[in-house]
Amino acid sequence: MTDPRQAERRTDAAVEVEGVTKRFGSTLALDDVSFSVQPGEVLALLGPNGAGKTTVIRVLTTLLKPDSGRARVAGLDVQKDARTIRSMIGLAGQYATVDELLTGRENLELIGLLYHLDKAVYRHRAQDALDRMSLTGAGDNQVKTYSGGMRRRLDLAASLIGRPPVLFLDEPTTGLDPRTRNDLWQFIEELVAEGTTVLLTTQYMEEAEHLAKAIVVLDAGRVAAQGTADELKDQLGGNVLEVQVSKRADLEKAAALIAGLASAPLRLDADLNRISLPVKGGARVLIAAGRALDDAGVELEDLGIRRPSLDDVFLAITGHPTASGNDPGNASTGGDR
Amino acid sequence: MTDVAIRQSAAKAAPLPLRLAVRDIQGITRRNLLRIIRTPQLLFMSIVQPAIILLLFRYVLGGAIRVPGVDYVDFVVPGIFLEAVLIGGMTTALALAQDLQAGIVDRFRSLPMARSAFLAGRTLADVCRSVLALAFIIGLGLAVGFRFHTSAGACLAGVALIIAFGYAFTWVYAAIGLAVKDPQTAQMAAILPMFILFFASSALVPVSTMPGWLQPFAQNQPATVTINAVRALFEGGPVFHDLWQAALWCVGIFVVFLTISLNLYRKATA
Repeated sequence: MTDPRQAERRTDAAVEVEGVTKRFGSTLALDDVSFSVQPGEVLALLGPNGAGKTTVIRVLTTLLKPDSGRARVAGLDVQKDARTIRSMIGLAGQYATVDELLTGRENLELIGLLYHLDKAVYRHRAQDALDRMSLTGAGDNQVKTYSGGMRRRLDLAASLIGRPPVLFLDEPTTGLDPRTRNDLWQFIEELVAEGTTVLLTTQYMEEAEHLAKAIVVLDAGRVAAQGTADELKDQLGGNVLEVQVSKRADLEKAAALIAGLASAPLRLDADLNRISLPVKGGARVLIAAGRALDDAGVELEDLGIRRPSLDDVFLAITGHPTASGNDPGNASTGGDR
Repeated sequence: MTDVAIRQSAAKAAPLPLRLAVRDIQGITRRNLLRIIRTPQLLFMSIVQPAIILLLFRYVLGGAIRVPGVDYVDFVVPGIFLEAVLIGGMTTALALAQDLQAGIVDRFRSLPMARSAFLAGRTLADVCRSVLALAFIIGLGLAVGFRFHTSAGACLAGVALIIAFGYAFTWVYAAIGLAVKDPQTAQMAAILPMFILFFASSALVPVSTMPGWLQPFAQNQPATVTINAVRALFEGGPVFHDLWQAALWCVGIFVVFLTISLNLYRKATA
């Protein structure tokens, strides 16, 4: 029985979040968050720990009721049509939620059963998923014998057993070694090529840039910026000037000399003796910086200008770096801080 | 392709058919049974514990306890039968708290499965384990001199009552596990009701030997009533008064703690 009014309200977006707010005690976990994901698209929610990424996922996967605002998946309300939505989504998390004491196959078949697939179908799909995730040989071993990467692959396979048109991945590669991470990226790309809509969260700029067309930058529960990687870079407007000094002692002095050229907060990297400085201009700024530093007698290891990375953008938008740019000993200073 | 799948699913937004709910419960029960079989040390302990209590009261303490009109072995063993199903239920609290902590509950809740299946599948698997433990303890009881003195029908009814009581009580443990959420605390907390109900009952000594202030509780609490009914069913004597009271307790405990558990489950994860 389809309600015609409901059909009318249906929009084209696969995922739609409108003014969603969620409070835990005195903490405002989500503050008026809005964004949408188009069918067949990958959207990355990018932000540091505690930005509210997982809370967004929990709202969209019907696990958490928002205090206000609306969330829709496939045009259906996450509260009113929760069960229907659950049959159309897959969820894989940062913590692989598979059963340690069951075998890989038993895990997959159980999830298939709970998706209400016929036995023949879920048996077939479980075998398929094991093959696809290179777990064929380990399929009948208990999960407690699996490595971290194998667990994560099994977790992802479990979320795909229902062949969901919309997939939610909460920090799918956090804590994985680079090779396993690349395998997962490739697999996610294959899914997208087959038409799956993916919403993933990540702390890594590189991951967002690699996988997602659309990026939503989340900071302290608010949407700090959204757009494509290029659009976000354009927001910063211009280039990044990079200065590497020979002596650690010169770092602060050099930063003070060229701070006047910056168009956004600059960043000091004490390990590499490097200053990264968003600037508006090109060659002229480079020459000006070189002259100022040379006049002051600062010895330079390197001086150059480049297009901004998403790390630069994130820093400029939120005032603090992403996890990948957040090396210990990294200090950031800026005009307005 | 995506769009087609969405439209088809949206058309069936009806409540979950009973057939699928039953299938979900079967699936979760099977998962939990596999977990029980694959932690044989836990299974072993849930059998050994009541066996030790049985041997303790049969051979160590039993000699000092006189119950008028009956062999002590016939008096105490039916009480230990009940203890065997009560101790098994404690793992329900532990296992639920473990599942909550491991986050696997989030996965289950993001699936279109029947919500109650998570708890029903847990309690049904645990009652299967209790039945196994009970079978072993009945065998041990017979080996140390316990005898059934009534008809096969009455004996079967007694065993059925023990299992029913054990199942109803599983829901008490479920509520405890969901309320405390932490596996270690759950295990400690679950010992309490078992201790109070088992030791302050007619399981080990007649209630009439207890101090006056304790007797009203000990005489009327569910374990005593159930043990009295079971004893009468196994050994003879007036049975109906205790039997209907025990049945009422079972139904009451089941309904109240099922409701509490379902509510806690909804809240614990939202």
